[in-house]
Amino acid sequence: MADTGTTLGAPAERREGRDKVTGSARYAAEQTDAGRVHAWPVVAGIAHGTVRAVHTGAALALPGVLTVLSHDNAPRLAPADDATLAVLQSPRVPHRGWIVALVVAETLEEARAGAAAVRVDYDAVPHDVTLTDDHPDAYTPEQANGGSPAHREQGDPEAAFADAEVRVDTHYRVPPLHNHPMEPHAATARWDGGRLVAHDSSQGATTVRTVLASLFRLAEDDVTVISEHVGGGFGSKGTPRPPVVLAAMAARETGRPVTVALPRRFMAALVGHRAPTLHRFRLGATADGTLTSSLHEVTTHTSRIKEFVEQAAVPSRVMYAAPHRLSSHQVVPLDVPSPSWMRAPGEAPGMYAVESAMDELAVEAGLDPVELRVTNEPDTEPDSGKPFSSRHLVECLREGARRFDWARRDPRPRSRAEGPLLVGTGVAAATYPVMINPAQATAHGTPDGRFVVRINATDIGTGARTVLAQIAAHTLGVPLDRVHVDMGDSDLPPAPLAGGSSGTASWGWAVHDACTRLAARLAGHTGPLPDDGLRTHADTTGSADADSPYARHAFGAHFAEVTVDTVSGEVRVRRLLGVYAAGRILNARTARSQFIGGMTMGLGMALTEGSTMDGASGAFVESDLAAYHVPAHADVPDIEAHWIDEEDPHLNPMGSKGIGEIGIVGTAAAIGNAVHHATGVRYRELPLSPDKVLTGLTGLTPPIPTPTG
Amino acid sequence: MGSREHSMGADDATGSPDRHHSEVTLRVNGKPHTLIVDHRSVLLDVLRERLDLVGAKKGCDHGQCGACTVLVDGRRVNGCLLPAVALDGCDITTVEGLAAGAAGATGEELHPLQRAFVERDAFQCGYCTPGQICSAVGAIAEAEAGHPSHVTDPEAPSGQPVPLGPDEIRERLSGNLCRCGAYPNIVRAVEDVIR
Repeated sequence: MADTGTTLGAPAERREGRDKVTGSARYAAEQTDAGRVHAWPVVAGIAHGTVRAVHTGAALALPGVLTVLSHDNAPRLAPADDATLAVLQSPRVPHRGWIVALVVAETLEEARAGAAAVRVDYDAVPHDVTLTDDHPDAYTPEQANGGSPAHREQGDPEAAFADAEVRVDTHYRVPPLHNHPMEPHAATARWDGGRLVAHDSSQGATTVRTVLASLFRLAEDDVTVISEHVGGGFGSKGTPRPPVVLAAMAARETGRPVTVALPRRFMAALVGHRAPTLHRFRLGATADGTLTSSLHEVTTHTSRIKEFVEQAAVPSRVMYAAPHRLSSHQVVPLDVPSPSWMRAPGEAPGMYAVESAMDELAVEAGLDPVELRVTNEPDTEPDSGKPFSSRHLVECLREGARRFDWARRDPRPRSRAEGPLLVGTGVAAATYPVMINPAQATAHGTPDGRFVVRINATDIGTGARTVLAQIAAHTLGVPLDRVHVDMGDSDLPPAPLAGGSSGTASWGWAVHDACTRLAARLAGHTGPLPDDGLRTHADTTGSADADSPYARHAFGAHFAEVTVDTVSGEVRVRRLLGVYAAGRILNARTARSQFIGGMTMGLGMALTEGSTMDGASGAFVESDLAAYHVPAHADVPDIEAHWIDEEDPHLNPMGSKGIGEIGIVGTAAAIGNAVHHATGVRYRELPLSPDKVLTGLTGLTPPIPTPTG
Repeated sequence: MGSREHSMGADDATGSPDRHHSEVTLRVNGKPHTLIVDHRSVLLDVLRERLDLVGAKKGCDHGQCGACTVLVDGRRVNGCLLPAVALDGCDITTVEGLAAGAAGATGEELHPLQRAFVERDAFQCGYCTPGQICSAVGAIAEAEAGHPSHVTDPEAPSGQPVPLGPDEIRERLSGNLCRCGAYPNIVRAVEDVIR
């Protein structure tokens, strides 16, 4: 690439920053097309059964109500690959909170009142929503999320564990978690003749277009999906969700533009959640801490309509050099909402277990937890045997330890008190795979020396608009302010979603290729450019998705200092520091924000966030932001994020790894390990809320998760 | 915009007050708006649906997230919790009205907090941002007026301005959730402005 000095890696300000701080950035529910009306869903009040009747008379009699859609009268959709999108197609209720009707009215108030007036009769049958690791319906799936094999075994892990000099045999439990982006899932749809135009709060409008075209039996060219500004997603907007399908349906039925914005309390059941994971973890090692055996067995749930298996045992295949290894998943289908992606699916809960177990092993063997990890650093990826394209975990641990002043730590648990507070520190490693998908982009140079890059990338808050402009400017060798990026519209060249920490690599590669071609054409061009400039196109199919002979992952290390209040049981994080090795960092300002944001979500996972599936009702009890506690300002200290320079020629033309998810990975373990160091009590079930912590401190009951329930 | 105020919604169809509708005048960002409002309508929905001021966001509709924070007669409030019918004659400032030169987004000058939020990268997705900024405006005024917070030293003299250190800022902005986790940068942005 041409070198323009500071373009790539520079802390460029967010391009849409002004729009966001002035309130002029419009999100999906804020498309005030003339005649736009609102729709409000009615959700199932049973966990399992069928709808016998939807009584709509009272709702239809209310002022402003235009129609009530249910499975009785809703348009028939083509079969959906994703069963969660087959809304209002059948009377079946697969879980509580499933949409059973939709009220469309002139105003929000009228739509809400209409929804309250709809009466639904059900034929309920018994439900089972309770995950246990000995559930009779548990089975081993073919694959876990992301195509990972469900079961991997090398050597003789059981025998090696039995023979080990030092052993850890333990259980961990991560509850269901909710993404809860600040913008609830929303869509505004209108029909222009036979064309469907939808504004959708989505992480990838190209896929939304494809799915809508299929469901409504349209050519893809007859569907436009716009996701210009998206108020966060964290995986829950990675593929289409019901609102956009409902909005399109209702718009067709009423002939009006329709907005469907999910009420917050409906989200827990309708947009996916991180499935609960029950972990059995066994580590065997020699007396000096060299791992001989690692067994990570995960049990999780899925819904009756969709198999989604949180791949929480997968990080065990990447992290440490144990010659005998087992990593396996089993899944139990229950009458629960369908789980899906939440920031670092697999890695986030999996590394909580891996890194907690490593801390337990360090305590058991009397070793420093940083040194234990260094001791077990593998030469090649343990599961695949592939060489790492780059792996600087040890450097992250060392740099983090230096910055955190780890050397001064007294390793003895419960060695530090400040009045009623116990103080402790902990460490955990982080990892996240490198994922890249093919994309297309065009680059356009105009006679006035300006450039337009077009690609259907999505900015869900990552700074995609900004970093793609940086990549283009760098490749073209022009100042950043000469480049404009058009994105967030499915009429643009198709591109994959903002997910799997793959966006910048996937989109950036296509932008790089289009701009490289344009630069070459400009270099070969003599005289003034034609009036409409020069255009190039790139498609990275075949290159971006080519198999790599390398194991490619980002790594990091998290260090936490906590205080534990022995009176209230409250844990507070006093310091939180992350050091990452994630290839080349392309925008120092927005990258730091992503790392800090991921760590903040990890802090929530550790201390405040937890959802409960109520056995009696089949509902997630903590279904709004008053009950499901995402971290607030006062919970979050001045988090530090650093990175080391990492050169890796085996990634993409920018040399970058994804950074959107690694910040959450391992953070909960670092905090949990710090709580153990502070208290001497090992808590193994998240979140570390005051009730659990106080119970453990007072020794009333052992803080070990029961293997059932 | 004028035509929108009397074109949207069945509640306007009658065009006159009745058992379920009342006329109110809201002074929004310096400009009076006289509307017939549904008694069920909250300020947030009137701003967004009737006045096309979408800066105030709907994150939860239940006063739990703060994304809808606006200023009513100079005090920060959750717009989703206030029935508009109860606000006749009130002065309302939204994020669109903070910038110098009024007229919101058309103003070239940003409010110092808006500028600081951009410089400190105090947001990612931007959805909580208008609420964070309005809340910070209100919080700074409250501290200046001597309102204590949970973390204010109880020995501090009553009624005197409260200095806003990081802990005070975190405490006072804790009604505004940010799922992207921009909190440390928001604290810095606020510090930049009060310094």
